[in-house]
Amino acid sequence: MYIVTVWAGLTICFFLPRLVPIDPITVILSRVTAMGAFMDPETYTAMRKTLLQLFGLEGSLQEQYFSFLSKAIIGEFGISIAVFPSKVNDLIYRALPWTISLLATTTLFSWIFGNIVGLLVGYYRDKKISKVFQLFAIAVYPIPYYVLALIFVFVFCYTLRVFPLFGSKGIGFKVSFSLEFLSSLIFHSFLPALTLFIVNLGWWILSMRALTVNLSEEDFVKFAEIKGMEKKVILSRYIFRNALLPQITQLTMALSTIFSGAVLTEFIFSYPGLGQLLYMAVSSSDIYLLMGITSLSVIAVSTSALIIDLIYPLFDPRIKYEEKHI
Amino acid sequence: MSENPVIEVENIRAYYETRYGDVKAVDNVSFSVKLNEIFGICGESGCGKSTLIKVLYGIIEFPLKLVSGRISINIDGKSFLLKDNKDVNTIRKLWWKEISYIPQASMNLLNPTVKIKDQFMEIFRKMNKKITRSEAEKIMQKSFDVLGLPKEVLSSYPHQLSGGMRQRVVIAMATIHNPKIVYADEPTTALDVVVQRGILEMIVELQKKLNNTFVIVTHDMGIHYQISDRIMVMYAGKVCEIGKTYEIFQKPIHPYTKLLIESLPRLGDKSERKSIKGEPPNLLSPPKGCRFHVRCPYAAQKCAKEEPSLLEILHGRYVACFNPLS
Amino acid sequence: MKRKKITKRLVKNLLYVLKSDTRLLIGTSVLVTFMILGFIFPYFSPYDPKRWGQVPRDIPPCLKYPLGTTSLGQDLFWLLTFALQNSLILGMVVAAISTIVGVILGLLAGYGGGYLDTIITFFTDVFIAIPAFPILVMLAALFLGRIHILMLAMVLCLFNWPWPAKQVRSMMLSLKERAFIDTAIFSGFGMIEIIFREIMPLISPWIFANFINTVLVAIGAEAGLATLGVSSLEEPTLGTIIYWSLRYQAMFRGYWWWIAVPVGTITVLFIALFLIYISLSERFSIGGSKK
Repeated sequence: MYIVTVWAGLTICFFLPRLVPIDPITVILSRVTAMGAFMDPETYTAMRKTLLQLFGLEGSLQEQYFSFLSKAIIGEFGISIAVFPSKVNDLIYRALPWTISLLATTTLFSWIFGNIVGLLVGYYRDKKISKVFQLFAIAVYPIPYYVLALIFVFVFCYTLRVFPLFGSKGIGFKVSFSLEFLSSLIFHSFLPALTLFIVNLGWWILSMRALTVNLSEEDFVKFAEIKGMEKKVILSRYIFRNALLPQITQLTMALSTIFSGAVLTEFIFSYPGLGQLLYMAVSSSDIYLLMGITSLSVIAVSTSALIIDLIYPLFDPRIKYEEKHI
Repeated sequence: MSENPVIEVENIRAYYETRYGDVKAVDNVSFSVKLNEIFGICGESGCGKSTLIKVLYGIIEFPLKLVSGRISINIDGKSFLLKDNKDVNTIRKLWWKEISYIPQASMNLLNPTVKIKDQFMEIFRKMNKKITRSEAEKIMQKSFDVLGLPKEVLSSYPHQLSGGMRQRVVIAMATIHNPKIVYADEPTTALDVVVQRGILEMIVELQKKLNNTFVIVTHDMGIHYQISDRIMVMYAGKVCEIGKTYEIFQKPIHPYTKLLIESLPRLGDKSERKSIKGEPPNLLSPPKGCRFHVRCPYAAQKCAKEEPSLLEILHGRYVACFNPLS
Repeated sequence: MKRKKITKRLVKNLLYVLKSDTRLLIGTSVLVTFMILGFIFPYFSPYDPKRWGQVPRDIPPCLKYPLGTTSLGQDLFWLLTFALQNSLILGMVVAAISTIVGVILGLLAGYGGGYLDTIITFFTDVFIAIPAFPILVMLAALFLGRIHILMLAMVLCLFNWPWPAKQVRSMMLSLKERAFIDTAIFSGFGMIEIIFREIMPLISPWIFANFINTVLVAIGAEAGLATLGVSSLEEPTLGTIIYWSLRYQAMFRGYWWWIAVPVGTITVLFIALFLIYISLSERFSIGGSKK
C-alpha cells in the first residue's frame, strides 16, 4: 500500500510538468541570452544537449521515467534551474532539518497536549472551563494555518513588535550548540511553532473530546464506575487507553494536511525550511526544484504514515493478540 | 423467619423525569430480602425491575429520582438508610465492598485494552492499597481454581474469551471481595442454553460458599425456577406476588403470575403455549385501579376502580389482587 | 397549492431548528450575510474589480472608502464583494462536484462489494495518502500564475473526492446489514430505487454537512495557493487579495487594512462554515458506527 502510494505520487510528479507546454531548457537558455551573452548556433545546440543530459530529458519518455524513478528512490533529484548549478539535493537537504524539527516537535506536542485536554474536556463536559476549551478549539480549528500565521505576524510582529519578522536565527550566528544560538533559535522559531501548535491543538482537542464523550457511555466504563473505581483510574486506564488507538490512526491521516500547512506557515514567517524553498521554486519556475520538493513530500509523508501504521499493533492488544477463544 | 432482613424496602417510588411528565417506573414497592438466600425478581420488560435494582444499589442519577419511601440495608449489625437522593453517598461507600452489582449489559463489561489479571488488580488495590502483586495473584489463582476457571484466562485480554467465559469473569469480579449482597440484572442474556446452565450453577455454588444474598433480576421464569429461593413478580411498576419459588410455581395466586408460568415450555406438555394478550400500560399515565386489569382474564368491576394492596395471604406469601385464584 | 404548504412547513421547521441551536444560528447568519455580500452587492459595484488605478491609493478606511484602498488603486470594500463571490463560487463548485463523485463512488463501493469495492477503495486510499498541497503548488506554478480559475477548481476536485467516498462507503456497509434493506430487496425494488428511497434520507444530512466542510477546504486551499502566488492572480479572490498585499509589503508599509480585511473575512467565514458543519453532524449521527 505504501509502495503504491509513493509510486503514484512520484508518477504524478513526473507527468505533470510534462503536460505543461513549457520547455525548461528554452527557459534557461533564454535567460542566458537575455543577459546579453551571445551564442552562435553551434554553441546553442551543444549547450542544449548538455542541459538535456543534465536534466534527464534525453531519450524516450519511458527511459526518462525510469531514470527519474530510480534516481528519486536514492534521493537524487537533479539540478535546480533557479540556483543553477546547485543540485536540488543540496538545497533540499539544507532546508529539510529545519522543517523536520519544526514539524516533529509541534506535531508531537500538540498531539499529546491536545489529547490530554480533550480527555478532560470530554469527561467533565459540563464544567464551564470545558466549554471554554471547546469553543477555543472550534474557533481555531477551521482557520487555515497561514491565516493564523498572518494574524500572528500582524499582532506580534507588526503591532506589538515582539517577535522578528523573518529568519530562524539572528544574522551572523553560526550553527552551534551554544546557549546564545539556541535562545536565538527558539526566539525566531517561536511564532511558526506556535501557529502550527495551536491549529493542530484545536483538532486534537475536538476529536479527543468526541471520542471521550462516546467512550464514557460504553458499558465497560459504566461498569468501572459501578465498581467504585477512582476517577483517576477510569480516566487513564479505561478511557484514555481506548481513545488513543483511533487517535493514532487519525494521526496518519492528518499527516499530509499538517505537512502542507507547515510548508505554508514557514513561507509566511520566512523560516528557512522547505516552505521558503518552495516559494523560491515557484517564483522562478524551477521545475526540478518543485519536482524534488514534491517528490520528497510524498515520500516523507507516506513513510511517516507507514511507520505509525507499523507501530500501531503494538498498542492495540486486539490486533497484537490473536483470538484464543477460551 | 425472624431474622433481621438484609434489605428492607418500604413504599419505594422512583420516577424518571421526562419533558412529558414523570414515568412511574417503580410505584410503591415494598418487600424484604433475607440473608443467605437467592431472591428473584421477575416480570416483563418495562415492569420496573431494572430500575428497582439501580435504586437498591444507589445509582440514582438524572433523570431517575427517588420520590418517596425508604430502603435500609442491614449488614453485620450496621444499618444504611436510603431515603432521598442525597443518601446515595452513604450507599456509595459500600460499592464493591459489602455490595456489588452486575449490570444488564452486552458482552462489553470488561476493558478491552487491559489484561484480565490487571483488571482484578485494580479491585485489589482499591480494597487494600498495600497489597503486593504476588499476594494478589495468589488470591486470584486460588479463587479461579475454586470457581473452576482456567488459569490462562488471567493473562488474556477480554476479546480472547468467549461470551460465557467473559460473563464468568465478571461474576468472579463481583464476588472476589466477599460481598454480602450481589445484585445481578439478566446475568445470562445472549448466552446459549448450555452456557447459561453453567453460569447458573456457578451462581448457586458461589452463594453457598459465601453464605450471602443474591438478588437476580430476569424475565426468564425458567431461571427463577432453577435457582431462586423466593421470587417477587412485578408488573408495570407494582408488586403482584411474593413467595417461595416452589410454592408459587405449584400454585400461583395472582392471575399474572399464573400466565407468566404458563408461557414457559414444559417437557411432555404438548398443549399450546399461551402468550398474554395486549401490552404493558404506559407508565406516564397508568390506568386507574389495578394496573393489570386491562389484560386480566379474571378482572372484576372493582379491579378497574381501586388499586389492590399487597397483603400477606398465607405465611410468607404476599399477593396484591382483588380476585386471587385459590 | 400543495407546494406552497410544503415549503411553508419546511421554512417553519428550518426556523425552529435555527432558533434552538445557537451555533447553527450564528453560522448560518454569517454565511447568509457573506452570500448577500458576495452575490448581490457586486451588481451595484461602481468599479471593475480587475482594473487597477481606479481610486486613490493606500487610503485607510474612512467614510468614502469603508474598507480603505489598496496600493493597486482598488476600493477594498467592492473588491471584497467580488472576491467573496469568486471564492464562494469556487468553493461550492468544487464541493458539489467532489461530493457527487465521492458519494457515487462510495455508494458503488459499499453496495457493490467485491472487485468494484476493492478497486475503488484502492484509489481512495492512495489519493487520501498523497499530500495534495505540494502537488497543487507544483501544478499551479507551472502555469506561471496564469492558471484559469476553473482549471484550479478541477484540480481541487481531484483531491477532495476521496473523503466523502470513504465515509459513504462505510455508512453503506453498515446500513446494508440493516433489516429494512433486505425487506426492500425482497419487495422487489431495484438497486437504484433502494438507494434513493431508503438510504439517501439517512445519509443526506451527512452529505450536506460534508458539502459545507468541503467548501471550507476548497476556499482554504485556493487561498493558500494564492498566498504563495500560484492561483489565478487576475481574478479577485480572498486569497489573491492576500497575495497582492504581501507582494506590495502592505504590512511593512503600514497599510494594515489591506491584509487585515481578507484575513479577517476568511477567519469569520471559516468559523461560520465550521459551526454549521459541527452542529449538523452532531445533530444527525448516523446509526451505523458508534463513532
